[in-house]
Amino acid sequence: MSMIHVSTTVNGDEVDFVCDPRETLLDVLRDRLALTGAKEGCGTGDCGACSVMVDDRLVCSCLMLGAEAEGKSIATVEGLAKGEDLHPLQEKFIEHAALQCGICTPGILVATKALLDKNPDPTETEVRYWLAGNLCRCTGYDKIIRAVMDTAADLRKAS
Amino acid sequence: MRYHRPTSIGDAVAIAQDASGTCRFLAGGTDVLVQLRADLVTPDDLIDIKHLPGMRDISRAGDGWRIGAAVTGAEMSENADLKREWPGVVEAMDLVGSTQIQGRATLTGNLCNASPAADSVPAMVAADATVTIAGPGGERTVPVAEIPVSPGRTSLQKGEVITAVNLPARAARSADAYLRFIPRTEMDIAVVGCGINLTLDGDTITHARASLGAVAPTVLLVDAIADALIGSTLGDAALDAAAAAASAACNPIDDKRGTIEFRTRVAGVLTKRAAKIAYERARGQS
Repeated sequence: MSMIHVSTTVNGDEVDFVCDPRETLLDVLRDRLALTGAKEGCGTGDCGACSVMVDDRLVCSCLMLGAEAEGKSIATVEGLAKGEDLHPLQEKFIEHAALQCGICTPGILVATKALLDKNPDPTETEVRYWLAGNLCRCTGYDKIIRAVMDTAADLRKAS
Repeated sequence: MRYHRPTSIGDAVAIAQDASGTCRFLAGGTDVLVQLRADLVTPDDLIDIKHLPGMRDISRAGDGWRIGAAVTGAEMSENADLKREWPGVVEAMDLVGSTQIQGRATLTGNLCNASPAADSVPAMVAADATVTIAGPGGERTVPVAEIPVSPGRTSLQKGEVITAVNLPARAARSADAYLRFIPRTEMDIAVVGCGINLTLDGDTITHARASLGAVAPTVLLVDAIADALIGSTLGDAALDAAAAAASAACNPIDDKRGTIEFRTRVAGVLTKRAAKIAYERARGQS
């Protein structure tokens, strides 16, 4: 099996890796680049736990091959905090207890940041539709929605 | 599995033509990678085409549109001109999957996956869309309805790849709409889908195309629905006749998503509702 050499950018850093053609971007992030924030829930694009940004587009990293990352710019949950300073979304998720087991949380944070970057003033309905592809089996979603709406309000005041 | 990143469509066709085992083209990958993971289909050759010229472009083709094979649903929804002229096609594609899926999934992939329940396909058929196919014998253009031949199978020959979906010029006072029924509000597969495309003269329907999904092994173009609508101003009699024609055209299966009886009934209901939406949109066009 011939391995593929890939040059890409992850959270602003230039990264080179070698992977099997069947490896997904999620496999590469977790197993080759030691970025274990993105989680494998279903592996078939249904749960959103593996959500990352690829060229500013929200995608499931389980539905993309590592080989397809050539020349792309990838952003994962690891890029959200600045050093020890959490992103406002992360602060609010803690404040609102918007997570329990935490498996879905990295994907929801990445997905929510993508929404707020695009639409700083979403309605609750827009948030719920945007996050329809991020499944959470613990919280019942309500605390997640409260945390997102609260973060959006804070970010609007700050800007 | 060999992953190919050819530098031209010609090279992509040549690789597929020479492939001795299972071969798949990769655009959005939202079906191919799921099949790969489930060990349903393990390609010997996987040919990535989305970086090739024109594959990511939504462009004018005369007064119509050319949508490259790797254009995502999200990119279609963000194109205001396309959405204004073909709201039904854009809303049908937008119903496929989550935000994440929309970032990758393509019209062409939805067609080539050949699911009878594909949301974008009835909308494309109602729109009278065609696809451009590149193959060993050169390029050819065929109607969308001729691509799926049975669940999971297409009419594409060895070495052939769809490079674009073509939408015709939008006539004056015309519009389309797509509706589907699912038991939830998001993230589900159509139990029935219906695409309607109408052209008006004043308030009278002069041209219609109607299509149903998920009620037969392949998408249906239902001339009897169109015939029931043409010449009318979408009064109750025309709507009832169109609904009856839709139900009569159904040849569905019983499965966990819906029974034969339910699908047959709902096809009529969705036909009425989609026709009303398309009609109101067309009346709003100059």
